[in-house]
Amino acid sequence: MRFDSLIDSVGRTPLVGLPKLSPSADVRLWAKLEDRNPTGSIKDRPALWMIQEAEKDGLLTPGCTILEPTSGNTGISLAMAARLKGYKLICVMPENTSEERRQLLRMWGAEIISSPAAGGSNEAVRIAKELSAQNPSWVMLYQYGNPANWRSHYESTGPEILDDLPTVTHFVAGLGTTGTLMGVGRFLRERVPGVQIVAAEPRYGELVYGLRNVDEGFIPELYDESVLTTRFSVGSADALKRTRELLATEGIFAGVSTGAALHAALGVAAKAVKAGERADVVFVVADGGWKYLSTGAYEGTLDEAEERLEGQLWA
Amino acid sequence: MAIEVRIPTILRNYTGGAKAVSAEGATLEELISNLESRHPGLKERLVDQGNLRRFVNVYLNDEDVRFLGGLGTPVSDGDTVTVLPAVAGG
Repeated sequence: MRFDSLIDSVGRTPLVGLPKLSPSADVRLWAKLEDRNPTGSIKDRPALWMIQEAEKDGLLTPGCTILEPTSGNTGISLAMAARLKGYKLICVMPENTSEERRQLLRMWGAEIISSPAAGGSNEAVRIAKELSAQNPSWVMLYQYGNPANWRSHYESTGPEILDDLPTVTHFVAGLGTTGTLMGVGRFLRERVPGVQIVAAEPRYGELVYGLRNVDEGFIPELYDESVLTTRFSVGSADALKRTRELLATEGIFAGVSTGAALHAALGVAAKAVKAGERADVVFVVADGGWKYLSTGAYEGTLDEAEERLEGQLWA
Repeated sequence: MAIEVRIPTILRNYTGGAKAVSAEGATLEELISNLESRHPGLKERLVDQGNLRRFVNVYLNDEDVRFLGGLGTPVSDGDTVTVLPAVAGG
């Protein structure tokens, strides 16, 4: 495969079967390896689409400063693209994110503004919105509400999956900005009758839900409930267990949020077996495990790893 | 046996600080009414005009009840209901 530049190589990731974790010959699991993107995560797709859209609209011009609330991967993708295209990047990131993410962002030249751990990404979003209002010349791409986010998956991730696996019956992905599920979900729903779109939402330690008031909650503007078939909440213990299981049985070294998606994928696969139905379940490996090594997710007992992950944002 | 309801930090002032409480009912709606009788004020934090509040997520055995039948979702002994505020990811 040959590309004109690194940015041009985004997407076209492998879809690999999981012969050992699949429950039967009729109910198969498939992993979409999004860690094979230039900066190692699925976020290269929305980051690139959002930048290109903003350039097309004349919002982004050379020398501009981009501002983005991010728990890490989107920031890293934007940092790479910004470096290549000559933009400055400021990321607002919760302080309870892994050290690797910070190092990667700095490496590509991004500036990091830390937001308090309590409240998780909610706080990052709130602070970024404030900064954006105070600095009108900065361009906030705003992954939670930018249609180019879901469209990147409608135009790339979705078609790739259907090309590689026309018999797909279920699509499972982590729920964050909701962009992946909205984009792939809409694409598949238009073309695959009866396809099920399943969200795996990370359930964190209590600190992350440290809001002062229930009405301070946050739902991404992109979220449209009608695209989903259902939505599961997956805690750190199950996510960690499945992340390790994926490594041990199929050799795939993935980040912790992938464990959450796999947990939900195994759930729907078991349901299909019970119902005696055929199923091809695709789930997303959003990133590799590299950025989570310092969290201790892969070492010691599961209980120890869960304890170390308490209060951390792992998706 | 009853149904275990996990309460987020932000609502524990209604449960005397308890992380989990038990309640009874055949549907989520009945369960919440039963909770209200034991922990007055809680219902209003969860339900608004006959629907779950916008920023409140309720999961029955880890599945979002909005996809199961909302407040009409049947619940039974041994189930676990988790209440969480909606927060940003990504």
